[in-house]
Amino acid sequence: MITRKVTRKWEKLPGKNTFCCDGRVMMGRQKGVFYLTLFLIVGTCSLFFAFECPYLAVHLSPAIPVFAVLLFVFVMAMLLRTSFSDPGVLPRALQEEANFIEMEIEAANGNVMAGQRPPPRIKNVQINNQIVKLKYCYTCKIFRPPRASHCSICDNCVDRFDHHCPWVGNCVGKRNYRYFYLFTLSLSLLTIYIFTFNIVHVVLREYRNIFEHVVSLTPHCTVLEVLVCFFTLWSVVGLTGFHTYLISLNQTTNEDIKGSWSGKNRVQNPYSHKNIIKNCCEVLCSPTYPSVLDRRGVMLEDLSSPTSSDASAASTHKSSNPVSQTTKSSAPLIPNEHTPDEAKPGIGAGTQKSTSSPKEEKPPSPTSPNAVAPAVIKESSH
Amino acid sequence: MSSAPRTATERTKLPYCHESFHNLQELRHSASLANKVFIQRDYTDGTICKFQTKFPSELDSRIERTLFEDTVKMLNNYYAEAEKIGGQSYIEGCLACLTVYLVFLCIETRYEKVLKKISRYIQEQNEKVYAPRGLLITDPIERGMRVIEISVYEDRGSSGSSSGSSTTSSSGR
Repeated sequence: MITRKVTRKWEKLPGKNTFCCDGRVMMGRQKGVFYLTLFLIVGTCSLFFAFECPYLAVHLSPAIPVFAVLLFVFVMAMLLRTSFSDPGVLPRALQEEANFIEMEIEAANGNVMAGQRPPPRIKNVQINNQIVKLKYCYTCKIFRPPRASHCSICDNCVDRFDHHCPWVGNCVGKRNYRYFYLFTLSLSLLTIYIFTFNIVHVVLREYRNIFEHVVSLTPHCTVLEVLVCFFTLWSVVGLTGFHTYLISLNQTTNEDIKGSWSGKNRVQNPYSHKNIIKNCCEVLCSPTYPSVLDRRGVMLEDLSSPTSSDASAASTHKSSNPVSQTTKSSAPLIPNEHTPDEAKPGIGAGTQKSTSSPKEEKPPSPTSPNAVAPAVIKESSH
Repeated sequence: MSSAPRTATERTKLPYCHESFHNLQELRHSASLANKVFIQRDYTDGTICKFQTKFPSELDSRIERTLFEDTVKMLNNYYAEAEKIGGQSYIEGCLACLTVYLVFLCIETRYEKVLKKISRYIQEQNEKVYAPRGLLITDPIERGMRVIEISVYEDRGSSGSSSGSSTTSSSGR
């Protein structure tokens, strides 16, 4: 009976994300600016609640702090949702899929003369009567779907990639774009709200008893809050406006920066419905996409129970690979041994193996960090 | 193209298969993986999840074209249903927004419900149609919704030449 610590799939995911809470939380690599964002929002709101709200609640209306609290909760929820969720990461291709794509590319390119540079790996697809070029990602070994892009900071391909936002510490992509937008929108409202009521507070105090010297930090806090809000306003409100514009045109920041649909060469945005309402609905009201990264799935290293993928099941009966069989019969998977995924191409794909070489051996979900081992075993199966 | 002896009734029911596997269990235990075929996404209608219904030549001798196309079309219908932007998705979106998305801790999103249906459908198709023909479909969600992976098995008892010929024909595509 082997008792082992359960390994979850997030531990073996390639890419440079950080995971917390046993895979429930997924963030980008650099979190420093995210902590700054948290500090600024929580700090400013705390000052507001502590020093402005008591005065305003008494002299104006108790609804003011209540609404501020609701807005603050909404802002924090949207920020955390944006930062902690999977932006729409596309998992890297497993070995067979990568080989299959390589084969297709070679078939399409024909024979390249020695010394000549091979043509760029691009696939043309027609989307709504527009030709869109799909680029090949050398890291993920896939042709990127339309609107996907590779984030160099997170080292992942992200679907409907918008941008990598250091303020939220994560990429903004298909799955979390609406949370990001709602975050900027609600933060704009919160900033305007706090700014307005700070001014109101100062004005009110001016017309009250001037000699009523409130011995506290209140005047200083107000000034601080006003400063923070003033600078935040310009950036956040501007950003919200920019993203509202993008949503109405159904574009991403990435496409806007690259000028993909700027109209030159008569290329129009094939994803736009040419109707602002429809575009907004598609971006904000479309169904919540599930994550295709099974972060909390359990990695089955012993092959007694069949997984839903055929990999482990098929490989238990590999007759031509004696090394793998002895490994499977002895229960614990020795870290340097190859996984079933690496064993497969050596068998039936004899004709497809011409393109794969040891240097391309980068197993996407390695239980063995040693990439040389699979290559060595592959050769032995010839 | 003779395979290990099987029941005559199995053979008569399945004109295309030269190796007849009784069920998924048998497939897993007595077959070896010969090849994998990948059905790519069809982007002609945009970024919605849709797979190409073009029949791959590697499966020519393994399964009837209509069966394959029906499976893919059914999957495409399921995905279209999941991604439909309409009344239900608006209500779900607004409700979720108002509850600060905490509602998803309690209820399942529509997409997740449809994904479960898809998973059941694929399981059923594997059991009834594909495993008897020595094929196995992998749920696209396990491949990042990029491809439908169809694994082609061959009976260990039968000669490897039949699968060998199918793999060589694929490289000449």
